[in-house]
Amino acid sequence: MTSIIFIHPDGRNVCIEANGAESAMLAATSHGIDGILAECGGNAMCATCHVYVDEAWLDRLSPMGSEEDALLDGAAAERLPNSRLSCQIQLTPELDGLVLRLPDRQV
Amino acid sequence: MSAGISSAPMQVSGSKPPSVPHVDIDPFAIDFFDDLYPAQEALREAGSVVYLDKWNVYGVARYAQVHAVLNDPQTFCSSRGVGLSDFKKEKPWRPPSLILEADPPAHTRTRAVLSKVLSPAVMKQIRDRFAAAAEAKVDELLRRRHIDAIADLAEAYPLSVFPDAMGLQQEGREHLLAYAGVVFNAFGPPNELRQTAIERSAPHQAYVAEQCQRKNLTPGGFGACIHAFSDSGEIRPDEAPLLVRSLLSAGLDTTVNGLGAAVYCLARFPDEMARLRANPSLARNAFEEAVRFESPVQTFFRTTTREVEIGGHMIGEGEKVLMFLGAANRDPRRWDEPDRYDITRKTSGHVGFGSGIHMCVGQLVARLEGEVVLAALARRGVAIEIDGPVKRRYNNTLRGLESLPITIKPA
Repeated sequence: MTSIIFIHPDGRNVCIEANGAESAMLAATSHGIDGILAECGGNAMCATCHVYVDEAWLDRLSPMGSEEDALLDGAAAERLPNSRLSCQIQLTPELDGLVLRLPDRQV
Repeated sequence: MSAGISSAPMQVSGSKPPSVPHVDIDPFAIDFFDDLYPAQEALREAGSVVYLDKWNVYGVARYAQVHAVLNDPQTFCSSRGVGLSDFKKEKPWRPPSLILEADPPAHTRTRAVLSKVLSPAVMKQIRDRFAAAAEAKVDELLRRRHIDAIADLAEAYPLSVFPDAMGLQQEGREHLLAYAGVVFNAFGPPNELRQTAIERSAPHQAYVAEQCQRKNLTPGGFGACIHAFSDSGEIRPDEAPLLVRSLLSAGLDTTVNGLGAAVYCLARFPDEMARLRANPSLARNAFEEAVRFESPVQTFFRTTTREVEIGGHMIGEGEKVLMFLGAANRDPRRWDEPDRYDITRKTSGHVGFGSGIHMCVGQLVARLEGEVVLAALARRGVAIEIDGPVKRRYNNTLRGLESLPITIKPA
């Protein structure tokens, strides 16, 4: 199991237990986290599963691909240096405790 | 209709797997379209994979198998056609699509170009224009009050924004829906729908071929943007017209049927329309849920590139597999109350736009159109009531209506 903490824009924290073999997006949507829309279902096409990765964790994620990079330019909320698409964050046991902040909007 | 399942002899001896259930449903017959849901259920419940005797193809109708086939393009290829016709054995009715009917690595390059042309960043640029057109359209319909939701809204709105966004000339646009109708009928088997469509297709094909040329596409439109990628070498100049053709084939009729589905849902489920009026920000999800609920694109085929196991059954190489997207979108194994239209449902994961590398490249345009039209209806406080006979439009792939007479008025 991998714990992930989602922080909503209003400061509310939600901790979920992911089974570890999925993406952060899938873990979020299957645990009913509002604020992750994932309209395309994880196919890296829509930029509606945008998250801000807590700085402490940023370097531990696999690097961003060019598709994800381009999609983030079209994200509804402001793109920041720690912006990622959660469908592209593959969970591993090493990411236990990962902290992701949710943007104020996805569309 | 005959929704029977003929039980082929079960093989229980030794390690031989049980044979695939044979089903005598014709999923391209008019009576299938007219009474879809019992037949879809029969297909789902018959097994994780079935064999359709009528057309000698395998079929998958459960969500898990449909999703798995969509996401394994190496085993379930598209280059042999995504209709019944196997391009390895039959000459395609038109030059194959460079994106829909292609596999990696060829597909990867063309797909990247269309993804950039229709990216989230581009949607931000066209959003205000599309929204203003939707508001104007809804105001016009409110003045008229008695309208046909298909011709006057589901067709009229996309026709008012998409051809301009493509950069098409004014003349000849009436060919667009006719051409798309042919394309989607042609994925089906050689039944009357397909044969009639192809027989009448020459003028529509001629129009589309002409409009795909660079000289006929207005600068700044999607079409010209595609051609511009041939300047930077990402595609060859001779590939650009065929990629424009892809957007003309799949960019209009699909959204027409998506919008038609959404209005049909909101007309039949007034409580959901009331929720939408109370909270117009649900517009985008209300459209998405209509795409799940009605699945405007009902089916696509793949062809196996090797022997493969599906749900415990071995399927040989070179077999056509029909994916029932609409049945998967109502599979109770995946969805709670699948036959309920719920505008607050978590729709992520539905396969109405497909899934995987071939997932609808224009999905963002479709969602934009759906959202702004439903938001305009919600913000005007509109109530919708069906006030005449609802007529279905028959197509081998697309599900939608020919006519939906409604009264549209303030609630």
